[in-house]
Amino acid sequence: MSNEAALHGHSEVAHSHEVHHGDDHGHHHKETFITKYVFSQDHKMIAKQFLITGMIWAILGGLMSVLFRLQLGYPDQSFPWLEDILGRWAKGGHISAENYYALVTMHGTVLVFFVLTGGLSGTFANFLIPLQIGARDMASPMMNMLSYWFFFGGSVVMLSSLFIQTGPFSGGWTAYPPLSALGSASPGSKTGMDLWIIAMAMFVISSLLGGLNYVSTVLNMRTKGMSMTKMPLTMWALFFTAVLGILSFPVLLSGFVLLLFDRHAGTSFYLSDIYITGVGALPNEGGSAILYQHLFWFLGHPEVYIILLPAMGIASEVLSVNSRKPIFGYMAMVGSMFAITILAFLVWAHHMFVTGLNPFLGSVFVLLTLLIAVPSAIKVFNWLTTIWKANIRFTPGMMFAIGFVSLFISGGLTGIFLGNSTLDIHLHDTYFVIAHFHIVMGVSAFFGMFAGVYHWFPKMYGRFMNNTMAYIHFWVTLIGAYLIFWPMHYEGLAGMPRRYWDYSIWESFKQFSELNKFISTVAIIVFAAQLMFVFNFFYSIFKGRKVTVQNPWGATTLEWTAPIRPGHGNWPGEIPEVHRWAYDYSKDGRDFIPQTEPVGADESKHH
Amino acid sequence: MEMVSAQRQKVHPHKFTLWIAIGSIIMMFAGLTSAYIVKGSLPGWSTVEMPKIFFYSTGVMLLSSFTVQFALKSFKERKMNLYRRLLTLTAVLGILFIVLQVMGFEQLTASGVFLSGSTGAGQFLYVIFGLHAVHVLGGAVALLVMFFKAFSRKFRNYNAVPVEVISTYWHFVDVLWLYLFIFFLIKR
Repeated sequence: MSNEAALHGHSEVAHSHEVHHGDDHGHHHKETFITKYVFSQDHKMIAKQFLITGMIWAILGGLMSVLFRLQLGYPDQSFPWLEDILGRWAKGGHISAENYYALVTMHGTVLVFFVLTGGLSGTFANFLIPLQIGARDMASPMMNMLSYWFFFGGSVVMLSSLFIQTGPFSGGWTAYPPLSALGSASPGSKTGMDLWIIAMAMFVISSLLGGLNYVSTVLNMRTKGMSMTKMPLTMWALFFTAVLGILSFPVLLSGFVLLLFDRHAGTSFYLSDIYITGVGALPNEGGSAILYQHLFWFLGHPEVYIILLPAMGIASEVLSVNSRKPIFGYMAMVGSMFAITILAFLVWAHHMFVTGLNPFLGSVFVLLTLLIAVPSAIKVFNWLTTIWKANIRFTPGMMFAIGFVSLFISGGLTGIFLGNSTLDIHLHDTYFVIAHFHIVMGVSAFFGMFAGVYHWFPKMYGRFMNNTMAYIHFWVTLIGAYLIFWPMHYEGLAGMPRRYWDYSIWESFKQFSELNKFISTVAIIVFAAQLMFVFNFFYSIFKGRKVTVQNPWGATTLEWTAPIRPGHGNWPGEIPEVHRWAYDYSKDGRDFIPQTEPVGADESKHH
Repeated sequence: MEMVSAQRQKVHPHKFTLWIAIGSIIMMFAGLTSAYIVKGSLPGWSTVEMPKIFFYSTGVMLLSSFTVQFALKSFKERKMNLYRRLLTLTAVLGILFIVLQVMGFEQLTASGVFLSGSTGAGQFLYVIFGLHAVHVLGGAVALLVMFFKAFSRKFRNYNAVPVEVISTYWHFVDVLWLYLFIFFLIKR
């Protein structure tokens, strides 16, 4: 199987003596609007589809957070305009409790799955894998296309659940039973939950189709000379991400299957001894809600790294390119990502310390959880050493990559608190947890994504994004993110629980009303800055400064050897051959040496 | 394809993708069977008597693995008539397997094991065997596609990769069934 065959469609390749020419690529498909922009099988177009769908979801998900932050910051005020926009969701200008929970749930689901999984690894795995390993396209472009359309279908179903009579699911993004298993538990648990499961099932299928493709492409379709250890770290990161997804999403799917049976076939996998007011005692016996939590978090924890690893890979690449220095400790970076991949499967119960988990078992999970600090710290120190004494180019991508490291450190440190089962007795389900995971996997993954978008935008659209807007975007987002989430640590330590609708009626949490107002105000400002990013993105697609050189950042990797606007097939002629690793910067008196250049006889060795 | 041998001695990407997909499916059933183990240790657990008919379906499944293997062999030896016959036989055995599974479910229901109500091995058995049957059905559909391709007069198809992919998948659902069946026999 060759790269050429992958591109040409091969299920009907009848014979082996069909001769493949390497140099007829620019013109082999007669492309219509539909095949080029809609049902495209070109990995670059699919990446853009994932990115733009992800951006739409990010705007919606962010808007949801603005809405519920209005409620949290200003619980005693009414906003009549909210009723004008949202109708029954905000009767009398107040987000009602039921809809508040729906908003929180949807915000979590959308951001975790549809933006930071689909939007992040969907975009960059699709865009970068073939370009950086030197392949014409994915191992199966058809499956790749299906992956996007399942994602799109899931998105449509999830979106439609916002508009139904009983509202979307409102029991939290983790969808714990019994709230998720019993239609009579709440309005959102009725049709909204069914749509949620259908959308998530389609999302899982999309991730699996995509992940299979990514793994098989990275392992099988690298160009000549591109051994695994010559790959840029983005490739390693996206590869491990795909492996995590392939192994953990099916378990979530089996959890959902059991949930569906509990909802509609009357089984009792998760249900036992339940009494509902107005309905009475339920016949279900012997089920265990904890079982769902095990199945959910067996995905749920790897999911954190599915979100984080691509951001780590992007940051590594962007930091190295803009520091004009080789990445520090390449093999240590790969090794630590591998360690994270393994450990990701062994720590899920730290989400369940207070569910009545055996304390001895809990201490095992504490140990395994804290072990993750080791590879994480290795990565952080390597990033810092990479930019240490470097001749840094502060491009917008670089700013966001540095911001990513900053956020990863501050979010990671609070993880050490939460990983302790004893501290968790006090901290679980408080704003401390909210602050921790929003910084370490929410905002920092977004920073990785922004770094990637700013860095590879010239490759995607042949134009640059506007720098002024990019710098404003960076500073507002970075400062804003810290101003939003740092105070939440404080609230959490004081015991303020998450998922409450109105804190002003609690004597213990009244003191935070001004702080909550402040957080909400900053959240609105930061959201506005994201809208500016979206404007910058679309404006630059059409009006941005044009890229005139093939390799604007002076990077070593293969994607910059392709034409400025590569066609389907990426390289018009032969796929370039690779002779060296991806990080030969500032070597032997040269600014950078592309991967395609053969190693000279008198060249010094790296490391 | 000659290009494969000329290029690199590597697994064909489609076969490779299948192996990863198999890993993924294994994780799904590992999740379900470990849920079974967790639940089996809780109070109020009830076991079921395995209906005899599932032993017959095991036989059918094993037999179909042989037929698909011989189909692949005859394809590679270009014995196209034999290949078509064996392919058809495999698909029929696959459908027969699913029919036997449904009959097994009916026997279970007749003996008072229901899907609804209190939990127990029976509920897991329905769900897990049902999901396995869905995977067999997927394989049978793929076999049908191969079947029509084999009888097509337009294409003379000598590419063995699709046949290898389907036979590997078929062996996999066979082994998966053996695992599930033995698992349910041992873990009551």
